[in-house]
Amino acid sequence: MMIKSKKILPVLLVALSLCGVPKLASAASDAPHAPKQEWSFSGMFGTYDRASLQRGFKVYQNVCSACHAMKHLSYRNLDGLGYNEAQIKSIASNYSVSDGPNEEGEMFDRPAMPSDRFVSPYPNENAAKFANAGALPPDLSLITKARHDGSNYVHGILTGYSAPEHGTEVPEGKYYNKYFPGHVISMAPPLSNDIVPYEDETPQTTDQYAADVSHFLTWAADPYMEDRKRIGLRVIIFLLVFAGIMYAYKRRLWSDLH
Amino acid sequence: MGSGPRQKFDNPVVEWVDSRLPLFTLMQREYGAFPVPKNFNYFWNFGAIAGVMLVTMIVTGIVLAMQYTANTHMAFDSVERIMRDVNFGWMLRYMHSNGASFFFIAVYIHIFRGMYYGSYKGPRELLWILGVVIFLLMMATAFIGYVLPWGQMSYWGATVITNLFSALPLVGEPIVTWLWGGFSIDNPTLNRFFALHYLLPFVIFAVVFLHVWALHICGSNNPEGVEPKGPQDTVSFHPYYTIKDSFGLLVFLVLYCLFVFFAPDSLGHPDNYIPANPLVTPAHIVPEWYFLPFYAILRAITFEITSFHLGGLIVLAGLAMPMGVKRFCPDYQMFAMVGAVLCVIVGGSMALMALNDTYVVFITAKLGGVLAMFGAIALWFVMPWLDTHPVRSARYRPMFRALFILLVIDFLALGYIGSQPADAMFFGLFPLSLVGLACTAYYFGFFVAILPYLSKKEVVRTLPPSIHDAVLARNKSHS
Repeated sequence: MMIKSKKILPVLLVALSLCGVPKLASAASDAPHAPKQEWSFSGMFGTYDRASLQRGFKVYQNVCSACHAMKHLSYRNLDGLGYNEAQIKSIASNYSVSDGPNEEGEMFDRPAMPSDRFVSPYPNENAAKFANAGALPPDLSLITKARHDGSNYVHGILTGYSAPEHGTEVPEGKYYNKYFPGHVISMAPPLSNDIVPYEDETPQTTDQYAADVSHFLTWAADPYMEDRKRIGLRVIIFLLVFAGIMYAYKRRLWSDLH
Repeated sequence: MGSGPRQKFDNPVVEWVDSRLPLFTLMQREYGAFPVPKNFNYFWNFGAIAGVMLVTMIVTGIVLAMQYTANTHMAFDSVERIMRDVNFGWMLRYMHSNGASFFFIAVYIHIFRGMYYGSYKGPRELLWILGVVIFLLMMATAFIGYVLPWGQMSYWGATVITNLFSALPLVGEPIVTWLWGGFSIDNPTLNRFFALHYLLPFVIFAVVFLHVWALHICGSNNPEGVEPKGPQDTVSFHPYYTIKDSFGLLVFLVLYCLFVFFAPDSLGHPDNYIPANPLVTPAHIVPEWYFLPFYAILRAITFEITSFHLGGLIVLAGLAMPMGVKRFCPDYQMFAMVGAVLCVIVGGSMALMALNDTYVVFITAKLGGVLAMFGAIALWFVMPWLDTHPVRSARYRPMFRALFILLVIDFLALGYIGSQPADAMFFGLFPLSLVGLACTAYYFGFFVAILPYLSKKEVVRTLPPSIHDAVLARNKSHS
C-alpha cells in the first residue's frame, strides 16, 4: 500500500461541506416559494429555448414594457434571441429616442438604432412613481438575479393573483398575490388569456405567457449563460484530466519513498 | 536570501545573473532542495492553494478595475457593463466574486489545520501571528470589495459594519465620520473603499512574503508535530511537494470552477443585484458567508455590562478574600475580614441599586458585541501562549482533539446562526440567539479556559521517536 487515496477524502469532505455552508445562508422569507417550473435552461447542460425567448420578448413588448424599463439591454443584444440584423433594426425603429444636441444646439427625436439601449417607458423615477400611484415599477434587466430563485419567482408572481387569503387586508388600488413578500402588490394582474397574439400554435394562456416572459427575463439577466456552461464544461474536463495525470505522477514519484 | 557560498550554474546566462543577483540560488535553496517533512497529509496543500487564490484575485481584480467606475451613480451600471459588454467580463467578475469565497475556504482550512496540528507553537509563533494578520487584512479587503458593486447588500452591509465603530466610547462617532469621509455613506466612502481595495491585496502579498519567509526559517510543522531529526524524515520540496500541491490545487480548482461556471451567483445575495437605495432597507441584512460565524458572535451579545455586574464581582471577590488571605498571608486575617465585609456591603448595594434601576452602563450591548467579535480573532494572536502544552499535534492529545473538533462544529453552528434572522427560533422551541450565545460561550471558553487547563493537565499518548518511525508504523498498520 503506497499512497492511500483515503487520505484525500477527509480534506475533500471538509472542502465540500464548507461549500455547503453558504447555501444555508439564503433561506428566510415570509412568502411561500413559487412552484418549480420545467425550464430548458436549468441544469449543467441547459440552454435557452429561442422560440420561447422570442415569444417572451413579445409579451414584454406588448405588456410589461408599458411600465417596466430594461435599461441594461440594447436592441443589438436581441441577436441572442435568434433575430438577424435586419429584424433587430426593424424592431429598434419602432421606438423613438431623444438625441442631440445637433449643430443648432437643439435636442431631436429619431428612431432607435440597434446600438441604443431599450427605451424606458418613463423619463425618470418620479414620473414612473407618479404614473403608478406612488409605486415604482422595478427595472427588469436583472429581475431574475435580484430575486431568490428568480425564474420561478417571476412566473409565480405573474400567475399568483387570487382573492385575498388568510384575512389579508388589501387596500384600494392594490392586489393580493400568493408569492409576493407581504402578499400586497401594487401591480395589477398584467396577464390574461389571449392578450398577446402568438404567431405559432403555442397556447395563448396566462400560464404560457408567464413562462415565456420569465424565460426571456432569465436570458436578459444572464445572457452569457450558454457560453458560460459550454466553456465551464471544457474547463472542468481539462482540470479533471490534468488532475488525473498529476495524481498518477504523484503516485509514481512517491512510491519509492514509502 | 540566497547569499553566502553558492554553487556555479552550468548555463552561462544563468551563472552571469546568479553571480550578480543570486535569484536562481534562492529559488534552488528555498523551493528546490528545501527539506520538508515527508509525512504531510492533504491538509498541507491549502497554503499553496491560498497563495494561488491570492494571485487569481489580484490578476482578475486588476483587469476588473480597468473597467469599473467608483462613483455612486455609475458603479452598479459599470459592473453590469462588465457583465454584458466587456469581452469575457462575466468570467472575470465571476472568477473574482467566487474567488473571494474559495480564498476564504482555503484559508479557513489552512487556519484550522494549523490549530489542529499545533503549528502555532514555538518556534512558529511569529509565523502564526503573521498568518492571523493576513486573515484580518483579508477580512477588511473582502468587506470593502463587497461594497464596490453598490448593490443593496453592498450599501447596507457597509452601513452595519462601519456603524460598529460608533459603539466605541467617545472616539466612536468621529471614527465613523472619518471612515465615511462625510456624514453618511456616499461617494467619498465608495471612492476610498475602491482605493483601499486596490491597495490592501498588495499589503497582503507583502505579509504573505513575510509569512513564507518565517516558514522557511523554522521549517514546516507536520501531522506528527515532531520536528524532523535528519534526512530520513524529510524530502526535497521539489519535486515531491510541487507535484503533490499541484494535484491538490487542481482538485480544488475543479470545485472552484464548478461554482464559477455553473452556480456563479449561488454564494452571493440576490439583493446585491438591486442598485443601492439609502431609503429602502432590505428585510435581512446578511454579510458574506465567510463572515457569518463572527457576525453571530457580534449578535450573540444582547446584554449590557452594568454596575450590577461589577457589584456582583466585588461581592464575589469579597467572599473569596478571607480564604485567599488565610492561605497566602495568614497574619492579616483581621484585615481580610474587614475587607470582605466592606466588599460585600459596597458590591451588594451596587447590585441592589441596579435592581432598583439605578445603575451605570459600562459596556453597552453593541460595544459588547463588537468587543466579542474582534476579541474572537484577537484570541488567535495569543493562542501560542494560551496553549503551552509541549506536544503539538492533536493526534497525541486525545482531550484537545475531541474539544477542538467540537470547536470546529461550534464555529460552523455559529455560521449557520449568523445566516438566520435575528428573531429566528430553534425548532420553534426557544430563540436561536440563545444557541448563538451558548456557541459563543464555548468558543471563548475553549481559548481562555480549556487551552490553559489542558496545557497543565492533559496526559498525552506516546510520541513517535521520529517522523520516519511514525510513517513506517502507519504504513505497517495500513498494509
